[in-house]
Amino acid sequence: MWNRIFAIISKELRQLSRDRMSFGLIVMIPLIQLTLFGYAINTDARMLPAGVLDMEQSSYSRALIQAVEASQVVQFQAQYFTLPEAEAAITRGEVKAVLYLPADLDGRLLRRTQTDANPDMSEPIGQWLVDGSDTVVAGSIRGLRNMPLNEIRDQAYALPTPTMEVVQYFNPEQRTVVNIVPGLLGIILTMTMVLFTSAAIVREREQGNMEFLITTPVQPFELMLGKIVPYVLVGFIQIAIILGAGNLVFDVPVRGRLDYLALAALLFICASLTLGLVISTIAKSQLQAMQMTVFVLLPSILLSGFLFPFEAMPVPAQWIAEVLPATHFMRMSRGIILRDADIFSLQFDALALIVFTIVGLIVASSRFSKRLN
Amino acid sequence: MSQPAAEYNVSSPFNKTGLHSPQGKTIFTGEFAVETQGLSLRFGQKLAVDALDLKIPRGSIYGFLGPNGSGKSTSIRMLTGLLKPSAGTAKVLGETLPGAEEKLRLRIGYMTQKFSLYDNLSVQENLDFVARIYGIKRASAKQRRDELIELYELNPQRKQLAGSMSGGQKQRLALAAATLHKPELLFLDEPTSAVDPENRREFWERLFDLSDAGTTILVSTHYMDEAERCHQLAILDLGVKRADGTPQALMNAMNAWTIEVSGDNLRALKAQLQQENEVVSAAQIGARLRVLIHKCRSTEDPLLWLQQRAGGRELEMVRPNLEDVFVNCTGARVTQNNRHADADDQAESAHHVE
Repeated sequence: MWNRIFAIISKELRQLSRDRMSFGLIVMIPLIQLTLFGYAINTDARMLPAGVLDMEQSSYSRALIQAVEASQVVQFQAQYFTLPEAEAAITRGEVKAVLYLPADLDGRLLRRTQTDANPDMSEPIGQWLVDGSDTVVAGSIRGLRNMPLNEIRDQAYALPTPTMEVVQYFNPEQRTVVNIVPGLLGIILTMTMVLFTSAAIVREREQGNMEFLITTPVQPFELMLGKIVPYVLVGFIQIAIILGAGNLVFDVPVRGRLDYLALAALLFICASLTLGLVISTIAKSQLQAMQMTVFVLLPSILLSGFLFPFEAMPVPAQWIAEVLPATHFMRMSRGIILRDADIFSLQFDALALIVFTIVGLIVASSRFSKRLN
Repeated sequence: MSQPAAEYNVSSPFNKTGLHSPQGKTIFTGEFAVETQGLSLRFGQKLAVDALDLKIPRGSIYGFLGPNGSGKSTSIRMLTGLLKPSAGTAKVLGETLPGAEEKLRLRIGYMTQKFSLYDNLSVQENLDFVARIYGIKRASAKQRRDELIELYELNPQRKQLAGSMSGGQKQRLALAAATLHKPELLFLDEPTSAVDPENRREFWERLFDLSDAGTTILVSTHYMDEAERCHQLAILDLGVKRADGTPQALMNAMNAWTIEVSGDNLRALKAQLQQENEVVSAAQIGARLRVLIHKCRSTEDPLLWLQQRAGGRELEMVRPNLEDVFVNCTGARVTQNNRHADADDQAESAHHVE
């Protein structure tokens, strides 16, 4: 039995090493995705195009505009003179936001110093008109609501005291890429592991190898295991690439223990591979296998917590997400890599992946019969 | 009339070369390597194989002759356990199918119609893989591999990827792989469809060598010249066995006369003859028209019968060949319905042709 499994493993590795395209993909997919996601995804919006509608045109208003621009959240590109003009610019999409400074700005600033004692009585000195359809943009502009006014009149204005203080653990600079890289492990492994295994078996069927293979003494279980093992290796190579490049290029730390991470990754790789096997027993062609992989990949990207917080999703979506191996691995990899979490504190997710693997193996082995009809 | 299949536990020829287990191996010594009763397979509405009864003598080369879609591959796949029959049973090397598929894996070899080894592995790697899958011990596997590479003249291609080889080389590699574990029964599904005539001759020489060494071979083909080389053959058409026996017996027992007509305007004569119920087929071969005339009361003197229709053209009664048998069997279904069924005829032909 082991001899046959090893025969299939070594055959598979040899074929893989000759398939330049696949081999290239194994290395290039993680690198390209990491670069793309690492640089491109940023939930912290900067330099948004904005306009200004300055009704006062005083030295104070100009100082305020400069102070806002210095925050780097917006970049003023246009000046408007009437409200309809400004609104039309937002509608056309020229600017994402317009800063409206009223004609009595000076008076408002003055009153603010006087009503110093009672912050509840203070009135806003300006207004943002925002294209709120993109919540990330709106959120960034909202962050400007309480910007300090110290520099404007060379006079100290008391800042409203926050009700609560926020301390940001694990990612104090709030860089999105820190959260993306551990999550990207799950996405890339889902993509390559599911696709490679499903394609590997379907290809044997498509090219007719299977017809010969099933007349030999090889058992379905041996065939499945022999097909899976080489890709476990591939998965670990990809993890090394992502974490290594993430650390070198994006300075993403690996805080947790590597053996915990390896264990979590092994569980996840096994779950993904069995998912690929199940797909391979259903798909009739490599194209179908690919389509079914995408069917799994999309929810893995959108629902697993990779892009949006899992907890913010409605409960039915959370149920769906719990069925995806990527969701569980996402929690484990972020826990171990960013928070130095103990794997035993993540046992629910580990257990879920083990159950997933076992169920997948049973389903795949029972669906794979050594018959053609 | 068939003897019960007997099995004896004798020491295996493999032991001498150290292949397989040292405890000796069950060698099948029954009269028939394959016996089927009413073997049928239905795909949806279509009956791909209809109540196939076969008896394949041990040690013979048995042919399945039939056009595409006649159920040759399907029958082979049922006998190798790849397809489960929807009715009927088969006894293969004394084991009953369906049921004993796994037991038979080590005793049968199967060469698929399409090349089914790995294109991106070399000859040697492919054979090594097959040897390991069959669980042959490393040392003897190496010896057997080299023996096969030598036997099938693959030495120059030893390190070449299978995908880049010619049709003939691929076919020799496939045969080497299918016989690597020295099967007692070898199934070959249209083995020569991708090779040139010269390679086909050579290939058949190798099959006779295997047969000489005691291997029973079942080969499907749609080439007449190949079918003629078989010890026995079955003619399949639309999933039904139309006839079986040795090629010679089939030709002798054909219930049709074969007459060659030479003269002018053969196309017109052909069209005219095809209207006749008694004419099974008329096919032009070079400058002559080969006419098969059904044996029945009205054609007791076929030359006279044909002379009345062929005018002044020259007629010659010739020996039927296998192609005539084939056409007579498979063409029969087309004309069967409009032919007046003659009771004597039916009784006479029932023995061989159904």
